[in-house]
Amino acid sequence: MKNPLRENVGGFFARNNVTILFIVLCIGSYIASGTSMSYLLPELFTRFGRNAFLVLSLLVPVVAGLGLNFGIVIGAVAAQISIFLVVLWGFSGFGGLMLCVAICTPLAILFGWLIGKLFNSMKGTEMIGGLVTGYFSDGLYQLLFLVILGGVIPINNPTLMISTGVGVKNTINLKDNLKYALDDVSMLTVIRVAFYVVAAVSVILLIFRIVKKQGLKISSLLKPLVPLAILYGASFIPAAKTFLDTTRLVLVTAVEIAALVTVAYNLYLIIRKKAINKEPGVPKKELARIGLMVALYAVTWIPQMYDAMMAVHLPVLTYLCIGALCLFIPWFMDTKLGQNMRTVGQDRGVAASAGINVDRTRIIAMIISTVLASYGQLISLQNIGTLQTYGSHNQVGLYAIAALLVGGASVNKATTKQAVLGILLFHTLFILAPNAGKALLGNAQIGEYFRVFVAYGVIALALAMHAWNSKGKKRKAPNEVEDGSMAIPFGL
Amino acid sequence: MEPEYILQMEHVSKSYGDNLVLKDVSFNVKPGEIFALVGENGAGKSTLMNILFGMSVIHNTGGFEGDVKLCGEKANFASPNDAMKAGIGMVHQEFMLIPGFTVAENIKIGREDTTPTLASRVFGKTLEKLDREQMNKDAKKALDTIGMNIDEHVKVAGLPVGYMQFVEIAREIDKADIKLLVFDEPTAVLTETEAARLLKVMQTLAAKGIAIVFITHRLGEVMDVAQRIAVLRDGEVVSTMKPEDTDIVKVAQLMVGRKIEKMVDDSQVPENLDTAPVAVHINKLYVDMPGEVVKGVSLDIREGEIFGIGGLAGQGKIGIPNGIMGLFPAVGDVEIFGQKIAFSKLGDALHKGVAFVSEDRRGVGLLLDESIEDNIAFNAVAVKKEYLTNFGLTKLLSRKKIREHALNMIKLLDIRCTGPAQRVGSLSGGNQQKVCLASALTLHPRLLIVSEPTRGIDIGAKKLIMEHLVKLRCEEGVTIIMVSSELVELRSICDRIAIVSDGAVAEILLPDAPDADFGLAMSGARAKGVR
Ligand SMILES: Nc1ncnc2c1ncn2[C@@H]1O[C@H](COP(=O)(O)OP(=O)(O)OP(=O)(O)O)[C@@H](O)[C@H]1O
Ligand SMILES: [Mg+2]
Repeated sequence: MKNPLRENVGGFFARNNVTILFIVLCIGSYIASGTSMSYLLPELFTRFGRNAFLVLSLLVPVVAGLGLNFGIVIGAVAAQISIFLVVLWGFSGFGGLMLCVAICTPLAILFGWLIGKLFNSMKGTEMIGGLVTGYFSDGLYQLLFLVILGGVIPINNPTLMISTGVGVKNTINLKDNLKYALDDVSMLTVIRVAFYVVAAVSVILLIFRIVKKQGLKISSLLKPLVPLAILYGASFIPAAKTFLDTTRLVLVTAVEIAALVTVAYNLYLIIRKKAINKEPGVPKKELARIGLMVALYAVTWIPQMYDAMMAVHLPVLTYLCIGALCLFIPWFMDTKLGQNMRTVGQDRGVAASAGINVDRTRIIAMIISTVLASYGQLISLQNIGTLQTYGSHNQVGLYAIAALLVGGASVNKATTKQAVLGILLFHTLFILAPNAGKALLGNAQIGEYFRVFVAYGVIALALAMHAWNSKGKKRKAPNEVEDGSMAIPFGL
Repeated sequence: MEPEYILQMEHVSKSYGDNLVLKDVSFNVKPGEIFALVGENGAGKSTLMNILFGMSVIHNTGGFEGDVKLCGEKANFASPNDAMKAGIGMVHQEFMLIPGFTVAENIKIGREDTTPTLASRVFGKTLEKLDREQMNKDAKKALDTIGMNIDEHVKVAGLPVGYMQFVEIAREIDKADIKLLVFDEPTAVLTETEAARLLKVMQTLAAKGIAIVFITHRLGEVMDVAQRIAVLRDGEVVSTMKPEDTDIVKVAQLMVGRKIEKMVDDSQVPENLDTAPVAVHINKLYVDMPGEVVKGVSLDIREGEIFGIGGLAGQGKIGIPNGIMGLFPAVGDVEIFGQKIAFSKLGDALHKGVAFVSEDRRGVGLLLDESIEDNIAFNAVAVKKEYLTNFGLTKLLSRKKIREHALNMIKLLDIRCTGPAQRVGSLSGGNQQKVCLASALTLHPRLLIVSEPTRGIDIGAKKLIMEHLVKLRCEEGVTIIMVSSELVELRSICDRIAIVSDGAVAEILLPDAPDADFGLAMSGARAKGVR
């Protein structure tokens, strides 16, 4: 018998209401603002490059049940400390950036560990804890930069320090040292370095396997090496060399390359499935991917879009880093540690009785998030090119969280896809709101207010919905099993 | 050489604060033996097993005295992990499953199969990749061992309660070199047939040399499968015996320390029930509760009636009350005292004079971190705005009234606790169930729907609750719908019993109908038409 109750369209809308609202808002303000794609797209992709890492750094704590990590502000602080030191010591370029990474990684690990410790003693109220800790750390940071630097530790550097010699200046210009340190690495360098690194790793593995007398599994080693070698070889062809020597990739070209690679790879998968393994059924997934890429490619043939997409220059290495992180997170979630995090996030009591060290897992989640957030802030600042000593980190948590929520994530569920979609939507609205405000009401300021209002509004809405779902609906008590330490107030 | 005993408990004592819950308990279990542990609610059974398993509640509340020995060696476990590694498995009284995970993930929880990766070689085993194929295969095998035909890929959320129990058991069985298995009331939510299957599984496992500690309130089962029975009363072992040397009545008397009369038998049926106005009119109800799908149920229940709903797990009996209460998507007409219920409005039924005791007391029923009194009063405050003192502008909780009422309820239902302010999470399982019931009674409903009301409750308390239900009907004219897996229970107090099979009512029977009729209806053989 057919059950008349099936998933209906209404359910889909109810679950994605914030995202749908945003799509409508974006389309509305695009029309109202009267701007063109050639204005929107370059802006959007710049902002995406700056913000993506920060938003993605929020995913792990959500999965581990720590909610939206307002504490990423502290990761940003770690990044800014490292930038200050590197600028002070006079390093610059890619090397300087790597030094930043070398300094901020241990700092972020330490901070993440501390926050994790703190959160473990306040289970169930981590979000408020994160918010307050963010403010607290901001206070300490100001103390460090306003009083201790120059005041306690003498620093003689008139470009960085306030004229009295005590306290760091309001803005630090990164133009001559760190600006575009990551963005300006050419494709050629990336390919060559990647080739050498992969080759070195392969050799080490090979030796290791020979010593341990394991199977050599040469084919698995060759898999990443061969395409890289081909690319490396191609870089000696003059025409290819000039192309690869650039540091920015035009969006149209990026789409073409992506479409080509995706289609080829999926065709290969289909052939393997059908002709070699003889699996039954239609390879839906692969066909869908091919279809999507073809559609995307078709977009470049719309003249308007073509112009707009020609105007977008993607910094190659930055986008590669973001792409790598997008692949890393799902990979990580499918490891033992990732599964442990999911378990802990779902039910700490069950996790504990299954022999998982709950507190340790949560601390690791916080460390990962804080470290990623600090890298995110580095990427963002090297692109912007100025460090607002006392301001750059302030809104980081707020905007990243709002963007994630816009993509349809919630306090206890978030995916990479939602993060990417969220960043795109949130920043589209951010770019368009002032223009739309001006066109509609003759005042760009209103648009500015509107977008701040939207950021806070989205977060408030998500938190309210979380509170509503977790207690209003079914009076669903937390599944805390034995030591029920999660507190739900006896609300009326 | 095979050790003589797998488990030896020696002079174990435990107190929670001033509350001494175990006093010098000693017993031992042989390999391949099914050792039954019986006792009243709050006698200390679960606590004893928590000690064995090294649960954190025990360490957080000051540890315990005495020794636990495994295979002759002292083994006071510091954490469940150690206990697991030593070969002890436990099916907890409360479910230890993660609803959002698949059956296979739950079975493999904390022990996932993995394959090494490049990263794991550098950073350690925790970065190994999950081998989902292997996990699914193992899960399937474990499920097959216990004869359970569940798809290992589906999420546990929404599996019927009875199935969840089998998933838990599969998880324990899947563990390699398990020596000792503890079952804490595994049959409390199962129907007789399911329970029988479980008992068979236990016997198979025991035959493999695994020692089993079996805790239950169903004494009949104990008599059937146990080799030895230990009776725990107020934290002391009062007797250990073999089933052939005793009988159910004697065991029951030992448990409570007094004589047990028969279950409620002689309930005065109100006159002319057949002509009383219809209280609940259900027409073509469909409920989409995963694992308990209801496919078109129509029923008329009369005012003042005690109406039973029975049937095997997974057939849809649980779906009916959950649909009416709006906890799962439902379509169809339900009229209660002439008023139509809007399923989409959550709590609509509550506002129309219905109270509900859920079978899922931890998920839906209770706030574990709140006190007994707050839990009892919560619904009445939220729904009926009772227990509030009006201060003109604002209304505040009237603590005094709540306390008074809670004390009454504690006495009425014999809730064993240190006082109305005790945290519900620290009550024994059976006593938590009683708090659920108290919370429903506090609403003074015109229609009371109870789903598995006696889950995990000992015989003495069960009788008390049954009697109270009958009293409610007689004295206050409350209409009662009781959903239960236990036929005996249904037949002892209900006026009519609907047996649900495959999501539809197979037959409505009178309690004194022959056993065979019930059996046939349950198996669906009696359903109208050919299938
Ligand atoms: N975490 C705790 N804190 C304080 N007291 C507790 C805690 N857990 C259990 N108790 C008390 O210990 C006593 C024994 O409880 P236990 O759970 O062992 O009973 P039980 O025999 O398993 O009963 P049931 O059959 O109802 O499950 C009860 O009085 C209970 O209130
Ligand atoms: Mg118990």
